[in-house]
Amino acid sequence: MNRRADGTSHGPAAGPVYGLADASAGDAANGAEPVLLIRDVTKVYGEGEATVRALRGVSLTVERGDYVAIMGASGSGKSTLMNIIGCLDVPTTGTYLLGGVDVGVLDEVRLARVRNRRIGFVFQSFNLIPRMSALANVELPLAYGGVRAAERRLRALAALGLVGLSDRVGHQPNELSGGQQQRVAVARALVTSPTLLLADEPTGALDSTSTGDVLAIFDRLSLSGRTIVVITHEHDVAAHAKRVIRLMDGRIVEDRRQAPVDGPPPLAGHRPPTEAMSER
Amino acid sequence: MNALEITRFAVRGLTANKMRSVLTMLGILIGVAAVILLVAVGQGSSDAIKQRIQSLGANTLTVSASFSGGFGGPGMRGGGGGGGPRTQARGLTLEDARAIADSGNAPSIKSVSPVVTSSSATTTYEGASHAISQVVGTYPSYFEATNRPVASGSYFTNQDVTGVRKVVVIGKTVADELFGRLDPVGRNVNIQGVSFTVVGVLKESGSTGGQDADDVAVAPLPAVQQSLTGYGSLGSIVVQATGAEKTDAAEAEITAILDQRHDITGNATADYRILNQASLQETVTEATGTFTVLLAAVAAISLLVGGIGITNIMLVTVTERTREIGIRKAIGAPRGAILGQFLIEATLLSLVGGLLGVGVAVAGSRFTIAGVQPVIVPQSIVLALGVSVAIGLFFGSYPANRAAKLRPIEALRFE
Repeated sequence: MNRRADGTSHGPAAGPVYGLADASAGDAANGAEPVLLIRDVTKVYGEGEATVRALRGVSLTVERGDYVAIMGASGSGKSTLMNIIGCLDVPTTGTYLLGGVDVGVLDEVRLARVRNRRIGFVFQSFNLIPRMSALANVELPLAYGGVRAAERRLRALAALGLVGLSDRVGHQPNELSGGQQQRVAVARALVTSPTLLLADEPTGALDSTSTGDVLAIFDRLSLSGRTIVVITHEHDVAAHAKRVIRLMDGRIVEDRRQAPVDGPPPLAGHRPPTEAMSER
Repeated sequence: MNALEITRFAVRGLTANKMRSVLTMLGILIGVAAVILLVAVGQGSSDAIKQRIQSLGANTLTVSASFSGGFGGPGMRGGGGGGGPRTQARGLTLEDARAIADSGNAPSIKSVSPVVTSSSATTTYEGASHAISQVVGTYPSYFEATNRPVASGSYFTNQDVTGVRKVVVIGKTVADELFGRLDPVGRNVNIQGVSFTVVGVLKESGSTGGQDADDVAVAPLPAVQQSLTGYGSLGSIVVQATGAEKTDAAEAEITAILDQRHDITGNATADYRILNQASLQETVTEATGTFTVLLAAVAAISLLVGGIGITNIMLVTVTERTREIGIRKAIGAPRGAILGQFLIEATLLSLVGGLLGVGVAVAGSRFTIAGVQPVIVPQSIVLALGVSVAIGLFFGSYPANRAAKLRPIEALRFE
């Protein structure tokens, strides 16, 4: 990935999503470069007496293939950290390299391109676009990335198959359950073969069955070599990660590894695949 | 991400709220239709007035006596002002007409027809009776100068004039009233007790300004003077210029001759006035032009209001879809794509509304509006459509910019 140091040329020619292992395998070959390299990042909101120091110097390195859970109470700065990792916000000081590219110096157009091609977002409230079919929602990042219609459709269908929703491609978000909507959102995040899958409380709005489905998908993605960062305050979710980082008052207070980077996630295979999954 | 793709997003956005889109389009539709239709009505009435003036005769000037102060104005010569000392007013005479016709220094004048008129002349034919509203006594050149061809029979001739023969050319209304289905040519009618032979029937010319132009009889000048009006002064002199561009020159020539004959010098007020058909037409064209512009301006205001309607609805749409904009930005939509989507939405609203407006205007122009048959001016369609698209771009740019400038984190947090 470091041969594409400009951070923008990760074009539609990138490996197809249905060969998920390809991306990691290819990257592993020349992959001393960490996916995330955050150094002394601070974030200050407001001025004068109203100043809020959301991050007070965070340094974090995430290797390729890792599965990291970032935990913390509300106000600990985890949402700010997630915004910075997701290129939705820029740090006040410090550097942030995503796949070897310094994101802090990019302009708005380049940031949009980085978000489009290098990061897959999964939000707590799904954030699917209403009145668009599941397929159209999954195709959307590819459309903004300039992928041709035929290839787009193929890749979107593959991504939806991966999350077990091949039979729901024509449904609009309001015709899907919460769990199904979140799986569509995961498919949308995966469809561009991003460097990083970034999930913000992905199970916060789901019941236990759907939570299980989504976490099983994350386990399988991690198993196939994808880099995942999950922001959560639930211990059940964090238990699936290979590494747990705890934030408090804008600083990292705990960094615990639960499984090796190149091994399987700790709870993979503990739970039998759901019906939807086995259909694939 | 190409333009087609963005357009598809825009269409999807519009169809998501059909009622709202249709109502917004309605504003533009009404504006565009009003502009096109009102300009067409203005053009139609202008055309109608021009046609009426032309039917009075081409390139003609009418000289008439002016005893009152008169009213100056375009198309009128003399009579105005009233400031200077006034010579004894004299009526126009046959000698005046002859002087204009025979003068060697009037190269712009083609023909001169002295005219006397008698109104409400009771006419009978074998028991049928009709009061002709205007009996005209003149020379044969009058027919050409006033643009009155005959439908059947012929004009009277110069021999008829010099021989003081009692022959007459009657209008369509007179022929219908007295003869019904009979052919009037060759029959004798009694006008105020004097027998005239009908030699021709004028072609129908329609009514002008409430007066029936076909309720008329034209006879040789001496015959009418002898039997109806007496040998007093002339009612008017109809002068035909050699060409449309020569009317002003002809007017100057007439003025020179008559001023000399009537002893009008310096700033004395003339005792005659000249009605110039060409300059009258110019004036009327100018006036109807102003009228059309006024109508178009009123219609343009409704187009502007329609445009503000677009801004309003697009602002609501952007606010309502803030979260969607945030999602699109988070998954990598560039600013241009968001800007384009909302700009195309606004432009589509105005373009579709404008096209429908053109349709409504074209359909509406088939009907007579307030007694005027509208005449569509092609430029008004192009202009109204162009302006409506420009309005979409202009009034849509503010909301679209607002959408494009939204920061993704804030947009995503929006509930």
